Amino acid sequence: MADSYYDPKDLRKFPKITEWSEELGTKFFDYYGKVFEKGALSEREKSLIALAVSHVVKCPYCIDAYTQDGLQRGITKEEMMEAVHTGAAIESGATLVHATQMMKKYDKLSH
Amino acid sequence: MATKSLLARKKLMAKAEEQLKYLSNGIFKDELPTFRHQLEKIDDFPLKPKALEILQLNLGYMCNQVCEHCHVDAGPDRKEIMTKETMQQCLEVIKTTKAHTLDLTGGAPEMNPNFRWFVEEAAKLGVKDFIVRSNLTIIRANKKYFDLPEFFKKHNVHVVSSMPHWTKGKTDKQRGSGVFDKSIKALQDLNAISYGMPDSPLQLDLVYNPSGAFLPSNQEALEQDFKKALKEDFDIQFNSLFTITNLPISRYLDYLIASDNYEDYMYKLVDAYNPAAVKNVMCRNTLSISWDGWLYDCDFNQMLEMRVNSPVQHIKDYNEEQLQNRSICVSQHCYGCTAGAGSSCQGSVV
Repeated sequence: MADSYYDPKDLRKFPKITEWSEELGTKFFDYYGKVFEKGALSEREKSLIALAVSHVVKCPYCIDAYTQDGLQRGITKEEMMEAVHTGAAIESGATLVHATQMMKKYDKLSH
Repeated sequence: MATKSLLARKKLMAKAEEQLKYLSNGIFKDELPTFRHQLEKIDDFPLKPKALEILQLNLGYMCNQVCEHCHVDAGPDRKEIMTKETMQQCLEVIKTTKAHTLDLTGGAPEMNPNFRWFVEEAAKLGVKDFIVRSNLTIIRANKKYFDLPEFFKKHNVHVVSSMPHWTKGKTDKQRGSGVFDKSIKALQDLNAISYGMPDSPLQLDLVYNPSGAFLPSNQEALEQDFKKALKEDFDIQFNSLFTITNLPISRYLDYLIASDNYEDYMYKLVDAYNPAAVKNVMCRNTLSISWDGWLYDCDFNQMLEMRVNSPVQHIKDYNEEQLQNRSICVSQHCYGCTAGAGSSCQGSVV
């Protein structure tokens, strides 16, 4: 066994999840591939969204994959960092917006 | 960024033999299939040529730049230059070849002292597509080169130039400080005499190769991004963008090893191997001629000193019919030309 939970080499084995559940694995990868095709959004835009979400869900495999994907698409480091900040802003906003509940409860319980 | 070639720095990867050894050992001993094995699986071994279309002449390894990923290991310290005698032998071949494209490369081909004479003589022979691979900065490097755009125009030369990105930071990181500004000025000079302009017959194409250990993306999408950015930011236009995968040889191989990216990069190339790209790899329709007149299947094999597998090995003995019967020499670097949509000096091949 590896000494850590995350091994970058495991990303290469991702397609192998299908071996233990062919139907669900195949359906997932078909869906995944379709999502990233050019549609109303460009592949470039989808790559940046994926990069931001990768950070929010804190997935090291996804961060590696979509940093590389962005480089391949000519996305600059400034664009990548702005995408990450966008994700971070939503994530911290999601925490902070709960402060309204705290304030409401505080006011209700206080004189 | 290095200012000298691997050869001048006496680096191990300056030697073709060491590169080939590296590419055939390690992960290719027990983890990954060799390129030959892939060809055998699709009954394409030995790989045979198709009709010859392109003659690519390397006029020398001297260059005014020392790009990080140069597969030629070119630079100002390289003294290998094609002589006029070899050029004359090339002209004799151009007179009779069935190839429709003549492709001059280097180094910076313009630095060969007989470059202009050769272009003038070759242009008289009525080549259909006459390409010069110009690194752009040479046009702004010295007063004696300032008139190159006019010279190219006079001889209806098709200019193909490297441009790793539309931003200064990425370009200068790969190709050297100041390269971006000079390249932009050179492109504007070329546009000014209608190179790359809509409806102009003067062709100006750009070549993109990734500035790091990753593969190029979709050629069409990148072309759109390049066109939009260069037009908006610098009012520059060009015809087509060719995406080229960096092959793991020479300075790029040295970079991959030094940055601990070699294994991952080779896995990427092997994972992205596309049998459909084998049908159109450039070694099947190209012959590469080195500065000293030796014949190779492609410019990459030239740098690995893998001469054509044929009784005819030198331009002085050139026999096109006999050369067409050869088997193409392959090794693991060939994965670079068959990854994804494939890669060639004319961009993707699928």
